Amino acid sequence: MNKNIVLCGVGGQGIVLASKLLASAAMEKGIPVMSAETIGMAQRGGSVFSHLRMGDDLYSPMIAYGTADLLIGFEPGETVRRIPYLKKGGKIIVSSRSIMPVTAALSGVSYQGERMISYLKDTLADLTVVDTEKACRDIGSSKVLNILLLGAALHSGSLDISEDDIKNEIRKKLPEKFHELNFSALEYVRKNSQQSSR
Amino acid sequence: MHKEFLMGNEAIALGAAAAGVNLVSGYPGTPSTEVLETAAKLRSEGLEELYVEWSVNEKTAMEVAAGAAYSGARSMVTMKQVGLNVASDPLMSLEYIGVKGGMVILVADDPGPVSSQTEQDTRHFAAFSKVPCFDPSSAQEAYEMIQEAFEYSEKYATPVFLRPTTRVCHSYASVSVKEPYEYLCHRPEGFVKDSGRWVIFPRLSYQNHIKIEERNERLSDDFSSYSRNRIYPADKNNEQIKKGIISGGISFTYAMETLKDIGMIRLFKVSTPFPFPEKLALEFLEGLDEVLCLEELDPVLEQALTYICGKHHLSVKIFGKLSHHVQNAGESSRDSVTTDILKFLGTDVSYANMKESQAENTPNLTWAPDTPADALSAYPVLPPKLPVRPPVLCAGCPHRASFYAVKTAMKNKKTIFCGDIGCYTLGNAMPLNMVDTCLCMGAGLGIAQGVGRIEPDTSCFAFVGDSTFFASALTGVINAVYNQADMTLVVLDNSTTAMTGHQPHPGTGHTMMGNIVEKVHIEAVLRGIGVTAVETADPLDLEAAVSCVKRTAALPGVKAILFKSPCIAVSKPDKSMIVDPEICIDCRKCIRELGCPALTVQKDKVTIDSTLCTGCTLCSQLCPAHAICSEENRIDSSGKNKDKAAGGKTDE
Repeated sequence: MNKNIVLCGVGGQGIVLASKLLASAAMEKGIPVMSAETIGMAQRGGSVFSHLRMGDDLYSPMIAYGTADLLIGFEPGETVRRIPYLKKGGKIIVSSRSIMPVTAALSGVSYQGERMISYLKDTLADLTVVDTEKACRDIGSSKVLNILLLGAALHSGSLDISEDDIKNEIRKKLPEKFHELNFSALEYVRKNSQQSSR
Repeated sequence: MHKEFLMGNEAIALGAAAAGVNLVSGYPGTPSTEVLETAAKLRSEGLEELYVEWSVNEKTAMEVAAGAAYSGARSMVTMKQVGLNVASDPLMSLEYIGVKGGMVILVADDPGPVSSQTEQDTRHFAAFSKVPCFDPSSAQEAYEMIQEAFEYSEKYATPVFLRPTTRVCHSYASVSVKEPYEYLCHRPEGFVKDSGRWVIFPRLSYQNHIKIEERNERLSDDFSSYSRNRIYPADKNNEQIKKGIISGGISFTYAMETLKDIGMIRLFKVSTPFPFPEKLALEFLEGLDEVLCLEELDPVLEQALTYICGKHHLSVKIFGKLSHHVQNAGESSRDSVTTDILKFLGTDVSYANMKESQAENTPNLTWAPDTPADALSAYPVLPPKLPVRPPVLCAGCPHRASFYAVKTAMKNKKTIFCGDIGCYTLGNAMPLNMVDTCLCMGAGLGIAQGVGRIEPDTSCFAFVGDSTFFASALTGVINAVYNQADMTLVVLDNSTTAMTGHQPHPGTGHTMMGNIVEKVHIEAVLRGIGVTAVETADPLDLEAAVSCVKRTAALPGVKAILFKSPCIAVSKPDKSMIVDPEICIDCRKCIRELGCPALTVQKDKVTIDSTLCTGCTLCSQLCPAHAICSEENRIDSSGKNKDKAAGGKTDE
């Protein structure tokens, strides 16, 4: 079965790693994968994305507008920016924590993540807001943001990938000292997936 | 064979390894960098006989790879498209000399451009230098193509280009790769003296020019039967359509995705844009009335087809960039290609085959990361205004401190700040606004001197990073000293090549072979050249840095400031700073003057994002109310932070 996934956010949030974990978990199941992401200058706090495609007959790593099954947004405003990729009935996982762009802070323009979240709630049916601020505080690390969102994506039911599959990839791809922290993030999402869903 | 999830650039390095490459040299540059990094990784994981180096610049890298190929080795040199400009001198002559061992020149082009100064097209450089060019469309193809490229290179005794673009370099895919025991083992014969072959003289160049032209005609024929140049036939029910598409590289994959949905029409995939496979092109054109050219950057395929139609008196209409049917700048996207194809086919293919959502969401847009506003308008309610989010200097970046020190020291003076290529180009953004010019690697030095000749009352500054200093600033410094310029050179030494992902360089003291070597000291180099006024300062100590700039800039002649402070990505962060809300007078000087991403306004109060702050203390040093301090200092003074010594790195 073919899946198109868009991950988006701000450079430095761990998007590339999240995309890689999903991709290698799919490959482990024998599913062909392709992906493409922002590397280079835009990574310095700019608007970044990763396109991830799974399934047969793939030519292009890039996704067309209106064809993504799942959009994993690491930042509310960036999520709104990438809505055009979502297909009708596609799912969105979004982090509640907003990141104020330097340009907004400078010009005194108020940028409020809450407004973006309420826009998403008004516009899209299948939305899961992850309270990442609380979650990172509870877990005691801001580095688990990507794993929290990945966990929420697993529970959304739109992927044929399990928590154990991701745990295996974490074991393979990350230094051992980070394993427990990331596993606890996955566990946290599983326990809270009921409450954080809208 | 087994499958691996590989980045295009990783696949290229693995392909080179499978072809028995003996030497890889290069200079970092997005989107090419990971090729050499992967080669170095393969070396450290067991390919012990492979030699890998980051050369000081692309010209040297090209020469190192050429020397290896003269000696019968298989060599690869890697760079980005603008790097080829630097290496063009050896390249142009090298083609007249040729090689013995296979030599692949890996040049990554950057449509968009995503992180480059130009949208130049290496396929044109290939035709200009007469060097054959291979153009892969995917990671898998790049893996296989580089192995074939080495064979063509040896067969025709010429260097060859492998020219991927950003979306091929930086895409990932499950790629089928060989097992290490299947790798070719290439044993170089060694250099054989023959001055009639290796020494370029006008007479030799004339004779070889004739041979090159003749060879490229043979290569064009050879490429017409190369399996990666391929005509895809139309579907049965589209056979009556007398329209075809020509494409190559990533654009080919976009076209195939669209044609997968609407039905195949005749398509010519060109994997060797130079020499162009003319015979196969004639076969493709047979019976067609119109052709759409889908390619990024320059209209290379379009020009080749137009030429062939003229040469053979074919009345086929060629549509593309030259005919203004396809955007002539910027990157293509899945959607822009779909739009181009649908416009081209008109009523020949019905929309009915398109997926409903896709047809609805096919606005005529280029791939712009910032504002797909038209696409958003498909939604019933318009979203709140989205903030622009350009790349910025990281929180705690020492470049910010260096720029701020120079800005403060030179306030109200007539100045020009000539920038250069690297992370520090981002110093152009507000509020720093400290880059008045930026042209290409190392150019800031020459520009500053030129401005100074015309405006002698202007204080001329050139900023250059440490890696760029070694790559291409030295001649500029020597020129300034020799011609008695009046200027201040500011070297931003962060101990790494930061923008491209932290590669070592001569100043770092380690190499890609894993050796620890003597560092080349920038200050010693400057003094050796004859710059007598050289001062080294820590930019994060604001007061000292400002007085250093004031003192140095006031001197006559060529003088240099070396701002030394490591990149935050290669050093351990200090504790995050905090703003004491009771002391903060809400003047927002920190935000207005620094533009640090860690400084934000939450609920109308300036706050510091502890996940971003590295504790560089710059903001605390300029805070007029002394409201910014480290968490520790605050606790130490039991909530009453009167500690004015929050500044500097004095607590180390």
